[in-house]
Amino acid sequence: MTNPEWITEPLAPPSYLNNGYGWRSWFLTTDHKRIALLYLISITGFFFLGGFFAMMIRLELLTPQPDLLQSDTYNRFFTMHGVIMVWFFLIPSIPTVLGNFLVPMMVGAKDLAFPRLNLLSWYLFMIGGILAFSSIVIGGVDTGWTFYTPYSTTYSNTHVLWMALGIFIAGFSSIITGLNFIITIHTMRAPGLTWFRLPLFLWSTYSTSLILVLATPVLAITLVLMGLERAFGIGIFDPALGGDPLLFQHLFWFYSHPAVYIMILPGLGVESELISTFSRRNVFGYRYVAMASVAIAVFSFLVWGHHLFVAGQSVYIALAFSFLSYLIAIPSAIKIFNWMATLYGGSISFETPMLYALFFIGLFTIGGLTGLFLAALGIDVHVTDTYFVVAHFHYIMVGGMVVAYLGGMHYWWPKISGRMYPERFGQVSAFLIFIGFNLTFFPQFILGYLGMPRRYHAYAEGFQTLNVMSTAGASILAVGYVLPLFYLAWSFFRGPLAPTNPWGATGLEWKTASPPPTENFEETPVVTEETYRFPVREEMLV
Amino acid sequence: MSSHVYPAPHFRSFEQQHEASELGMWGFLCTEILFFGGVLCGYTMYRLLYPQAWVHGSELNSLWLGAAMTVVLLASSLTMALAVRAAQLGQSKAIVGFLAVTIALGIGFLVLKGYEYYGHWVHHLVPGFNFSGYQAPDHPQVALFVVFYFFLTLLHAVHMIVGVGVLSVIAMMARRDRFSAIDHGPVEIAGLYWHFVDIVWLFLFPLLYLVGAHQ
Repeated sequence: MTNPEWITEPLAPPSYLNNGYGWRSWFLTTDHKRIALLYLISITGFFFLGGFFAMMIRLELLTPQPDLLQSDTYNRFFTMHGVIMVWFFLIPSIPTVLGNFLVPMMVGAKDLAFPRLNLLSWYLFMIGGILAFSSIVIGGVDTGWTFYTPYSTTYSNTHVLWMALGIFIAGFSSIITGLNFIITIHTMRAPGLTWFRLPLFLWSTYSTSLILVLATPVLAITLVLMGLERAFGIGIFDPALGGDPLLFQHLFWFYSHPAVYIMILPGLGVESELISTFSRRNVFGYRYVAMASVAIAVFSFLVWGHHLFVAGQSVYIALAFSFLSYLIAIPSAIKIFNWMATLYGGSISFETPMLYALFFIGLFTIGGLTGLFLAALGIDVHVTDTYFVVAHFHYIMVGGMVVAYLGGMHYWWPKISGRMYPERFGQVSAFLIFIGFNLTFFPQFILGYLGMPRRYHAYAEGFQTLNVMSTAGASILAVGYVLPLFYLAWSFFRGPLAPTNPWGATGLEWKTASPPPTENFEETPVVTEETYRFPVREEMLV
Repeated sequence: MSSHVYPAPHFRSFEQQHEASELGMWGFLCTEILFFGGVLCGYTMYRLLYPQAWVHGSELNSLWLGAAMTVVLLASSLTMALAVRAAQLGQSKAIVGFLAVTIALGIGFLVLKGYEYYGHWVHHLVPGFNFSGYQAPDHPQVALFVVFYFFLTLLHAVHMIVGVGVLSVIAMMARRDRFSAIDHGPVEIAGLYWHFVDIVWLFLFPLLYLVGAHQ
C-alpha cells in the first residue's frame, strides 16, 4: 500500500498567510502584514486607475489639435490623475505596503504599537479614495490637484467639495500611519537594537513619518477652510471680502512641499537596502545616510515658498526660499555619493531589485538636478508652468519613487509571499520601465524649455515630434507596469518556494521564515551587532 | 482584581505598552498643534494686515462670558489632574467622582459657549449667513475676524465634545473597576488630551476676546 498523498506532502508551516482564510480574517485583521497586503491591493488598483488617466492625457497630446478629449474633459482627467497618484498611490505606496510589512519586523516586534488604529487607517484610506474617485462619476473636478483659490472656491462649477472631503479623510489615514511608525520605532525596538543599529529603511521611514504627522494636519485644515469658503463665502481667501488667495498657496504648499518628500524619502530608504545587499557591502557612511534622511525631513518644511516664485511673493522671501531649496540638495547628494561609495569595490550582481536600484540613482539624480534649475529664481521664471516642471517632478516621483517601490517589492516579495518571482521577467520589465520612462519624460524637459505650457490639451504644431516620442514612451512604460502585475500575481500562488534569506541580506526580517509566522519571530530577537555586516572586502578577495 | 493584568499581546511589558500609548498621545497632540496652527497662521497674518478691524471684532465678544468660560475650563483641568492622581493611587471611586465633575464642567463650558453663539445669532453677527448686526468701519475685515472667531471656537468646541465623550467612557470603565495602580494608561492619556484642549482655549481667549481690551 502506497502512502496517500497527504502523508508525503509536507505541510506548510504556519504563517500569516495560512492563519485564517475567511473574509473576517482579512477585513478585521490587526496583523500588520495582512494590512500591508490590503494596502498593496488597494494602491495597485489606484495606480492603474491613475495610470489610465495618464494614458488618456498622453493620447490626447499625440496630436496638436484637440481631438480625443474636450478641454473640460482634459482638465478633469489631469486633475484626477494628479489626485489619485499623489494621495492614493505615491504617498501611501512604500510607507503603507513595505512600511507596514517591514517596520515591526525590522525592529524585532510582533506588531505595530497600535494594530487596531492601523486597520482603521486602511478603512479611512479606502473611504477617502472611493469618495475622491467617485467625484469623476458625478462630474469630475477641474481645478488640478492643487485646488488653487479663487478658482476652486469661486469659479469652478465642479465637485470640489466632494473630492476635498475624500482627501481630508484620507489625510487622517496618513496621520495614523505616521504616528504608528514613530511610536513603534521609539518604543518597540528589540533588546540591543539601538538607534544607530537601525536599518536605513527605518531611518527614512521615521523621517517620512515625521512629515506625515506634522504636515498632513495643515493640509486638512486648509481643505476645511477652502471648503467653507466655497460653501459659505466666508472670505478667508476672497480679496473682495478682505481675504488673500495667496494665503491658500502658502498653507497648501506648507503641506505639499514636505509631502513631496513623503513621496521620495521612503524610496531613498529602500535604495540603501538594495544597494547594500546586491553589492554585498556595508552602507558607506551609515550615519551620514541616516542623518541625511532626518535633514531632508527638517529642511522640507522650510522650502515651500519656491512654489510661489511667480505668485507675487516678496522678492526677499523668494531669495531666502531659493537659498533653502539649494540647501536641501545637500543631504540628497550625500546619499547619492554614499551609495556610489558603497557600490565601489562591491561584488555586484544584477538581480531585478538591483536593476531598479541602479536606475533609481540615475533618474533621481536627473530629477534632483533639474530641481536646482527650478530653485534658481531666474530660470524658474522662464520654465514655470511648462513641461519642464512636469518632467522634473515625474523624474522624482516616477523615476525615483515608483522605481524604488518596484525595486523594494521585488526585493521583499519572497518575504511577503513566500515565493520567488520569475527573475527573467523581472529584469525585462525593469528595462522596459527604464527605457519607457526616459522616452516619456526626457522629451518633456525639452518641450518645457522650448515653452510648451502644462495643463493644455492643444499645443503648437512644432512640438509634435517630441510629444509623439513621449506618448510612445508612455505605452512602453505601461507594458513595463502591467508585466509585474501578472508575474507577481502568478508567483504568489505558483512561484517556487522562497528560502528564509534568498539574497544573503542582513536585517532581522531575513532571519525569520518566508512568509513569516503571524507573530513574526518565534522569540524576540536580541541584537548584538550593526545591521549591515557583510564580509569586508579584503576577506572576500582571499 | 482587574480583568487586564497582562499587557496587550504584542507588547513585551506594561512599561512598554504604557510608554507607547503615552508617546502616541503626545504625537497626536503635535498633529493637533499643527491643525490649529494653520488657522492661527491665517489669523496672525490678517491681524497684522487689519489691526483696527481686529480690535473692533474682539469688542463684539463679551469679555465676562469669555472669562467665565476660562475659569470653568481651568477648574475642569484641576479635577482632571485629580482624577489622574486617583488613578495612580488605584482609587477607582475617586476616579469616577473627579471625572464626573470634569465632565460636568466641560458641559458647563459648552453651554456657555452655546449661549454666546446664540447671542451672535440673534444680533446678526454670523458671516456667511447674516452679518448685518455690525455696520461700523472696516466691515468686511471685521467679518473676517468673526469668521476666525467662529472657526477657532467651533474647532475647539468639537474637541471639547470629543473629550466629554472620551471621559464618559473612561468613567464607565473606572466604575467597572477596570483600572489599577499599575494599569491605568487610558486615564492618563485622556487627561493629556483634556489638558491640551484647555491649553488651546488659553490661547484662544486672549486672541479672540482681549485684542480690544489690550488697546
